[in-house]
Amino acid sequence: MPGQEVSLRETYGKTLVELGKENSDIVVLDADLSRSTMTCFFAREFPNRFFDCGIAEQNMVGIAAGLAASGKIPFASTFAVFVLGRCFDQIRMSIAQPGFNVKLVATHCGISVGEDGASHQSIEDLSLVGSLPGFTVIVPADAIETAQAVRVAAATRGPFYIRLPRPKLPLVYNEDYRFNLGKAVTMRSGKRATIMAIGTMVTAAVEAANNLAREGIDCRVLNMPTLKPVDEVSVIKAATETGAIVTAEEHLEHGGLGSIIARVVARHRPVPMEMVAIKDTYAQSGKPAELLQRYGLTAKDIEQAVREVIKRKEW
Amino acid sequence: MLLSEMGNSLPKASADNVSAEAFSSPVAETRKLSVKEMEAIAKRLRRHIISMTGRAGSGHPGGSLSAVEIVTALYFWVLKHKPSDSCWSDRDRFILSKGHAAPLLYATLAECGYFPVDELTSLRRFNTRLQGHTDCLLTPGVEMTAGTLGQGLSFAIGAALAGRLDSRKYRVYVLLGDGECDEGQVWEGAMAAAHFKLDNLVVIVDNNGQQIDGWNREVMNLEPFAKKWQAFGWRVIEVDGHDLAQLTQAFDRAKLVKGQPVAIIAHTIKGKGVSFMENNPDFHGKAPNAEEVEIALKELE
Repeated sequence: MPGQEVSLRETYGKTLVELGKENSDIVVLDADLSRSTMTCFFAREFPNRFFDCGIAEQNMVGIAAGLAASGKIPFASTFAVFVLGRCFDQIRMSIAQPGFNVKLVATHCGISVGEDGASHQSIEDLSLVGSLPGFTVIVPADAIETAQAVRVAAATRGPFYIRLPRPKLPLVYNEDYRFNLGKAVTMRSGKRATIMAIGTMVTAAVEAANNLAREGIDCRVLNMPTLKPVDEVSVIKAATETGAIVTAEEHLEHGGLGSIIARVVARHRPVPMEMVAIKDTYAQSGKPAELLQRYGLTAKDIEQAVREVIKRKEW
Repeated sequence: MLLSEMGNSLPKASADNVSAEAFSSPVAETRKLSVKEMEAIAKRLRRHIISMTGRAGSGHPGGSLSAVEIVTALYFWVLKHKPSDSCWSDRDRFILSKGHAAPLLYATLAECGYFPVDELTSLRRFNTRLQGHTDCLLTPGVEMTAGTLGQGLSFAIGAALAGRLDSRKYRVYVLLGDGECDEGQVWEGAMAAAHFKLDNLVVIVDNNGQQIDGWNREVMNLEPFAKKWQAFGWRVIEVDGHDLAQLTQAFDRAKLVKGQPVAIIAHTIKGKGVSFMENNPDFHGKAPNAEEVEIALKELE
């Protein structure tokens, strides 16, 4: 039920097992982090179709490409900071250029990794993977969306990147939710401004909208689980109907959700925007909540951004 | 293991081994030509490489010429493949990791009948199927998009694992440059292939001793090279990479190895066959000009 905290990683691991039972072409790779990414569930169930590549992410990415080229559907997992940080060239040439059917599922994204500190906080990954032609990029907001996004990725040809956080997240959906690839999801309707959020920030966006409603500021909230290709229709509609946009993401301002939305808005329906994101800096060790507060990624920050953006509205 | 240590039980490549059928059928699974016939093909491939890069005005003749016999032996002795059906699922895979040797692969594929030989003149031109570095989406018979070095072995491991999972009999061959082995990913792959006991995988290293900035031993020493592969768990066979008889025997020998991957270290000469290109790193990534093309083609008559 909504509000209950559930691990997205565990859901990913369990979904892989289900997929493995349904389709013998599903294979899974990891780089010595299977007990953190939760691919260990698949490894236990299907040891012959699981390949632990050791602490060698570049090799893992290349092996995944070779498996895909021979008809397998590889899911390759490690922490977000490793797969994009260490393997950009391998992902670019061995997967993106030939368009191979590889699913990269990266965990421990953003600063909510917490105590491990800046080296382990992936805040550039969406910018990097989003720059690669042909990649589909998904950032699920809860466990229910994760399970469905993983299934959609398995069933859809082409390279996918799915970004998952370390902490459990409250459910924002019921079991009857249906994830539609490439479609934004309206979490709340409203007219004064639109808040667009991804992943860990969706709950904060809804909370912010509820608080703002009490001030008489009526906000639309959109979850944007498919970051690429982005739902341009919903973005343009939001710009046209609400006249102001705030984006919220656990990622650098540069190259993430905010940048993607700004590109659509600037071209089709220019309206004032604010971006709740990490501002050109690296973070540090700390509890997730402390870090989210320090780097401006809370419901309060979203509320403030909305108050600012509506001042700049032309109508 | 050195070739000299091998027994004499292996079939020698000779005209006797070539069936009439292998010549007549365009979809022959394996064409086993004689050494003499392969030598003639090797010469044709060298002429193509010179003409193609000369006409394109750019490209990588040096590392293409050094691997001519290796690739000739593969396509005309070793590989099960069907030029008329490049996606045949049981085909042996040849993965060119050193993607800059694309002219050699294109010339070979054309000679096999994957596409017309005439098309070779389009190398590197706008809208061509023959890109500067290999592109598996465009060129029939090209398995892997390559060009940035060090990635082919990992890809080959994936193909070999897939074959084993599906109980297919195909084998996977991957050609690396020796300079390419500076890349750390190669050794990640070397460790993994041995760990996974991939005896359906063969690495061939075009060991021409040179890289762009000069001799390997001066730029970045690889030695003891064979011992490195052995230490990583590979069966090593060293051959003269311009001797087709040695190469075919090495490939046949590799098929008999069980439980571990095989690395064939083929000692070659960069720019082989053209006097002014041999051991000359200037021709790593520089095409011959019109005059040089003329001289080279004369030498290759």
